[in-house]
Amino acid sequence: MTELDKRQDRSPVPQGWTYAPAPESTDVVRLQDRYGLYIGGEWLAAKEHFTTISPRDEAPLAEVAQASEADVHKAVAVARDAFQSWSKLPGSERAKYMFRIARILAERSREFAVLESLNGGKPIKESRDVDLPLAAAHFFYYAGWADKLEYAFPNRTPKALGVAGQIIPWNFPLLMLSWKIAPALAAGNTVVLKPAETTPLTALLFCDVLRQAELPPGVVNIVTGDGSTGAALVDADVDKIAFTGSTEVGKAIQRRLAGTGKKLTLELGGKAANIVFDDCAIDQAVEGIVNGIYFNQGHVCCAGSRLLVQESIYEPVVEKLKQRMATLRVGDPLDKNTDVGAINSREQLERIEELVAAGKEEGAEIYQPPCKLPEKGYWFAPTVFTNVAQSYRIAQEEIFGPVLSVLTFRTPDEAVEKANNTPYGLSAGVWTEKGSRILWMAQHLRAGVVWANTFNRFDPTSPFGGYKESGFGREGGLHGMEPYLDFE
Amino acid sequence: MSGRLPVKKTYKLYIGGAFPRSESGRTYEAQDQNVARASRKDVRDAVQAARGAQPKWAAATAYNRGQVLYRIAEMMEARVPEFAELCSGKDEVHRAIDRWVWYAGFADKLSQVLGGTNPVAGPYFNFTIPEPTGVVATIAPDEPPLLGLVSRIAPVLTGGNAVVALASETQPLAAIELAEAIATSDVPGGVVNLLTGHRAELAPWLASHMDVNAIDVTGADGLRAELETAAAENVKRVVSGKPDSQSLYEISAFLELKTVWHPIGV
Repeated sequence: MTELDKRQDRSPVPQGWTYAPAPESTDVVRLQDRYGLYIGGEWLAAKEHFTTISPRDEAPLAEVAQASEADVHKAVAVARDAFQSWSKLPGSERAKYMFRIARILAERSREFAVLESLNGGKPIKESRDVDLPLAAAHFFYYAGWADKLEYAFPNRTPKALGVAGQIIPWNFPLLMLSWKIAPALAAGNTVVLKPAETTPLTALLFCDVLRQAELPPGVVNIVTGDGSTGAALVDADVDKIAFTGSTEVGKAIQRRLAGTGKKLTLELGGKAANIVFDDCAIDQAVEGIVNGIYFNQGHVCCAGSRLLVQESIYEPVVEKLKQRMATLRVGDPLDKNTDVGAINSREQLERIEELVAAGKEEGAEIYQPPCKLPEKGYWFAPTVFTNVAQSYRIAQEEIFGPVLSVLTFRTPDEAVEKANNTPYGLSAGVWTEKGSRILWMAQHLRAGVVWANTFNRFDPTSPFGGYKESGFGREGGLHGMEPYLDFE
Repeated sequence: MSGRLPVKKTYKLYIGGAFPRSESGRTYEAQDQNVARASRKDVRDAVQAARGAQPKWAAATAYNRGQVLYRIAEMMEARVPEFAELCSGKDEVHRAIDRWVWYAGFADKLSQVLGGTNPVAGPYFNFTIPEPTGVVATIAPDEPPLLGLVSRIAPVLTGGNAVVALASETQPLAAIELAEAIATSDVPGGVVNLLTGHRAELAPWLASHMDVNAIDVTGADGLRAELETAAAENVKRVVSGKPDSQSLYEISAFLELKTVWHPIGV
């Protein structure tokens, strides 16, 4: 083999070599046995509790409060009280609290990253390098808006709304918390936030950040619980609901709020097409495909779960994809080498299994690389389906797992037609070296975010949100301020 | 009996650039005229026409859209006395005409004001542009019959959407007069569809239609909760504005924001 060949040999691991374990220490995390509700800057005892576990081994981590309707009402009342003074605080002072929060999150990032992986199952590499830096950056970005709102919306006078009720999902627990809380506080609102049932711990640890930042009591309140807690929050005396989660629940919330005059933003499901043209840089595209669907076990609303490959390069792309999948390290989320961690919950694992079974039944061809899954915990091997028809459930429904469906197309028109052929419209990917085609595709894809020659990139300055049944409203950027403001 | 007998107008619907009667054959009396009473089937035909026409309207250059909207103002100016008889008078007509002119001039400016580039922390070029949400259903207010309708549909069209509008139920004649001005204004058939009839009967079909992307409930007093509930079935954007406002934000209410990323590198 020549030196050049060696350099082009992309197999990351020479035959026969294995990775030594590289476990991240969990010492940095100190958990309480039992958590109450964080209301008015204090921990209030709840009547009922449930156990939150780690999906990597099903080990119990802590007891968490199940907030009742009365608890939620109390939190909202406290938030409403706090609104009086918080909204009157000069924007520059609100900003300083938020800058503090951003800084403390960065300072304590190791602790948060470990806890995020422990409670949610995502690889430590991702919580450390994606979730935490972005969460801190989000607070830093929106802190700067707090005293500059009059520059944001020409010819309008912005005003805080009041109390924002926020319901977040389990796939990026702390990051979604920051997407919700940061713009709300910058606008001068107070917040009652409900974390996802399976991933409450980083939100509860965040309360300690609020303590350290000396945020006035009642400005942010955290109520944990299941769907009934979320429903109570929707019905409570809030001025706005911001929800990220499934389209089904989003529709139920929209119905529930009909005629109430409460403001609403929804960030719901997706079934993104990742479109690969025959003139693309194939190796880069394959990396993008893998990142698009196996990032965070595919627990990503904007995941590139439908691969649309131009027919002429179908075979090499699928071949390279399978080779690349075989190098993915699936296993302990706390291992620094892990690429694909644990499935978040048993319930989610069952949903993935059900849809994968449906895919096989409907006639799609399944491929999973050989990988040894741990015995305990919730796991699903990276999966790709070929021979998929558009009508199959795996091509229509959001799986929210590491499962990719491959379809083909011949012309750009056909690619657009297929990409847009779902009720969703959250994101899309395009891979081609031709600039005019990128712009043409970007114009025709009905999706809120289009990644061209990249995928799954996020930034606080970049608006994110869906078309059609993927929801309405944007989070991130200047546009992410609007849903938290009232205008004269 | 002296002089000639005037030819009276049949007041019809405006769907897909044509003026059909209601397929139901029904009419109702308003402003001393028989007016078409649209049916559920007419609603569906109008939505279909709007869906068919929308992509081309959205793809027209912003400059072109502005010119076409300005042309509506020109056509109305030629019919001021006719319009004045069908609404509160000349003042309302003048304001409606000026409203078209104002929005016409915004067509090629709104993406600069509402969009932009985003300074992401990485080697990417990232920009956000506003795009039309698609097909919009407008429940126009009863009052003012002309200015209310124009104020609600002009921003929708400026953004590149197609519209199915339900006219004032009590004073629908100005809407039909407007349809005739629009039909001679280079607005492609199907971009604007105007229905007359009973709001309580028709609005729920618009709210529940799966191919409508947004609904403006400004004129839907008393029906709002019902319409908003039905709208959730396909996560419609629900907009409630003022009957005669004029603002950039009336346009942005019917826009989506699309953000595009591309790596920067050599």
